[in-house]
Amino acid sequence: MPKTVTIYIDDKPYQAEEGQSVLQLALANKLDIPHLCYHEDLKIEANCRLCLVEHENKVTTSCTLKASEGMKINTKSNELVEMRQENLKLLLASHTKNCPKCQKQLPCPAFALMQKYGVTSEEYERKMLDLAIHKMGGAAEFDPNLCVRCGRCVNSCADIGINFLKLEGVSSNSHLAYSENPKVDCIYCGQCTVHCPVNAIREQSHLEKVEAALIDQDKILIAQMAPSVRASIGEEFGQEPGLNLEKKMFTAFRQLGFKKIFDVNMGADITTVVEAKELSDRLRKKFAGEEVVLPMFTACCPGWVKFVEFYYPDFIPNLTTARSPHIHSGAAYKTWWAEKAGVDPSKIVMVSIMPCTSKKYESEMEKLSFEFQGHKLKPVDYVLTTREMAALLKKNKIDLPNLADSEADLEGEYSGAGAIYGASGGVMESALRSAAYMLTGQELPKLELEEVRGMKGIKRATIKIGDKEIKVAVVATARNARNVLEEIKHGKETYDYIEFMACPGGCIGGGGQPLTSTAAIIKKRIAGLYSIDAKKTVRRAHENKIVQEFFSYLADKPSLASKILYTSFSEKNKFE
Amino acid sequence: MQQDDLLVKIEKAALVGRGGAAFPVHLKWQRMKDLENPKKYVVCNASEGEIGVQKDFYILQNFSEEVFKGMLLAMDFLETKEGYLYINKDYYQKLQSKIDPLLELFKQKGYLINIFVEEPSYIGGETGSLLNAIEGKKTQPRFESPSPSVLGIFGCPVLLHNVETFYDVARVATDKFEKTRFSTILGVQKEGVYRVNSDDKIAEVLRKTKNYPDFDFFVQVGGGASGEIFTKSQAEEASISGCGSIEIYKSEITSYQFLNKIFNFYEKESCGKCTPCRDGSWQLKKLLENLDLNSEMPWSKIKPIIKVMEKNSFCGLGKSIALPVRSYAKNILGIEI
Repeated sequence: MPKTVTIYIDDKPYQAEEGQSVLQLALANKLDIPHLCYHEDLKIEANCRLCLVEHENKVTTSCTLKASEGMKINTKSNELVEMRQENLKLLLASHTKNCPKCQKQLPCPAFALMQKYGVTSEEYERKMLDLAIHKMGGAAEFDPNLCVRCGRCVNSCADIGINFLKLEGVSSNSHLAYSENPKVDCIYCGQCTVHCPVNAIREQSHLEKVEAALIDQDKILIAQMAPSVRASIGEEFGQEPGLNLEKKMFTAFRQLGFKKIFDVNMGADITTVVEAKELSDRLRKKFAGEEVVLPMFTACCPGWVKFVEFYYPDFIPNLTTARSPHIHSGAAYKTWWAEKAGVDPSKIVMVSIMPCTSKKYESEMEKLSFEFQGHKLKPVDYVLTTREMAALLKKNKIDLPNLADSEADLEGEYSGAGAIYGASGGVMESALRSAAYMLTGQELPKLELEEVRGMKGIKRATIKIGDKEIKVAVVATARNARNVLEEIKHGKETYDYIEFMACPGGCIGGGGQPLTSTAAIIKKRIAGLYSIDAKKTVRRAHENKIVQEFFSYLADKPSLASKILYTSFSEKNKFE
Repeated sequence: MQQDDLLVKIEKAALVGRGGAAFPVHLKWQRMKDLENPKKYVVCNASEGEIGVQKDFYILQNFSEEVFKGMLLAMDFLETKEGYLYINKDYYQKLQSKIDPLLELFKQKGYLINIFVEEPSYIGGETGSLLNAIEGKKTQPRFESPSPSVLGIFGCPVLLHNVETFYDVARVATDKFEKTRFSTILGVQKEGVYRVNSDDKIAEVLRKTKNYPDFDFFVQVGGGASGEIFTKSQAEEASISGCGSIEIYKSEITSYQFLNKIFNFYEKESCGKCTPCRDGSWQLKKLLENLDLNSEMPWSKIKPIIKVMEKNSFCGLGKSIALPVRSYAKNILGIEI
């Protein structure tokens, strides 16, 4: 246990852990100290110079000042206010004038600080670097001109294990850039976007396209929301992380003008069934002593898939051929539901609301398109991040927390297994619930696989299915993925099945989630997801009646089934 | 010579660091000696990235044997065999033929002095940035000044001195030290580097070197960017401080000309890490760029930027802009900022 010390902030005593920074202590006690470059999960940079306090008559940054016994801190002198304001003016020169996000009124931490500290951003001229906006696939983009060089994106990219982003150059020419190393590429996870305090690095917006479609009378707009969104979007409206707002979101979708409200959770149940079947097939072969590629890897995270296709193409045969949940349900609604409802599938616009930026990139993949009733269709037309959806609600003056509850349309029904897809370990747990049944004809004695839950980057477990044991692992972030793949490559470990996610904590910690996203916040969101599962009566994907109906529809359509259930992968080059 | 004798001699000679900070040399040595780390490095800083300062180049050009002798004495004192010469690329290109054979000779005697060639820059000579650069990291300052004896390179403590300091050590060891220092003198008839008495006043130095101007002037002492500004009469009383440089400006020089030189230097040399230095220096430069020919110097706009750079910059580089600007405003223009 670290030693506890008493320090005085503005003459009030606080208990701090020795070595804790004054800023950490202040934030834990909800004291107001402005800060931009500080993020509790990232390394300290101390370059924004906003979190100033006075200590021993010296102005210093509270993020670097370590608490020690009896220390006296002043946070409120006139000089501090003046210094903070001046730095804010310098940092955010012409911010509002140049930032398209501000003009769209998307949530912006920097703008909130400006309002709080009476800075208009008109005080100084901005140095425009005349550098192009760089697009990361169809997922995210950065504008070096708006960057305040806080380094949060660079450090989060390093923490994820990619090191694609870097700050380059000196003086006022220092700017955000990407690695020119041909062996380093972005995997579109979007962690940079969820760490940028000024929206210089952000998702590629689909908002305007969705808004245009919403007023197009000829279109049938369907909303489907990913498991994680319901447990995090409340944060944009001042609610606690983890609070499940799905029933209010269903109401909100209707108010926005969506014709049908379905659910990516239903898609997750489809994915589970397809993936569990493939896993069972591979395991049966193994048990029979036949040649088979194992371990099987999940492939529902496009960031992870890009990581394999670019960094470890030799492992492509290990990826499950199952498509990802929103791609599964998107195609299900455009085929099975459209036929059932007597709707022209070419008029359907599928909008996925995802905690993710890589889902935007995935939605644009040509290989996922399919022919149906003479039309070439995309499973999903647009992807909005949780942040974009919150902005759309705010723009339409929809006060989410105070809406009435409502239900999704019938075909959006999902099982508890679908609900936990958002948490690292959730895909594995869902697949094993179904695979155990497929392999043995019996259910697992205990549904909850505690060993694969939680925030740890690498979780390993041995699961008993019937009289067989299978070895599994659950891995979050590319950094950990690299370690596990190297283990396998060098024969240090063998596994049967591994779940990989690009983001910390899984999709729930995704790059499209509300700012600020921290490990502590992600934990609360995860708890929210597991409580949804615990309350469901149907908790196994293969028991979901809607999913069963969909598969019986496909039973006599093998060609369609092969087109909309499975995918393939190929080695990728940089920027592909 | 006994090593303890050398330490006593250094203390008696009151040697101080000649990089600008004037820290007592014997304290640094004692602190390093007391550390129990199995490996220690001796590093010579030959970055000299400030405008108007050329004395380290002059010393390396004329007295490189003594500089290295000083390094070797320090290495013996710390019982280490490895060090670095951290040298400005322009200097190395000019001095390579002199330096390389010497280092080869030391190598044969068992002393490894590695050469680290840096792209010339002001920040490159800053302690944390220099250590980061040697470690292969970005040339940017470290958190508020942990001494290189605490956090050096590759996990080992570092004894870091300026070129001139090592030269002084060698002179002390051979009893040739005479309380002199080197100073670049610019803006005069015979520009160059001179050996001067450490205690002499600026005006005295100028007279002794036959450089006292026959025109009205003011003078900048201790660096052509970060040095303090004195009037002609103040120069009678002030001594050389910081790193050795004396730069004479004709009185006719306008505020615009003087500040433009300072602001441009800081804007160009900021490493880009922290807000006040990176953005403040750019705004200062911009203020002058946007100034109409006949308009007044916008002191009310300059002042808050100088203040925030002085008080909030991450490292000493940004902070150091305040001294030349404030002393110029006060001593030459009679304005308090």
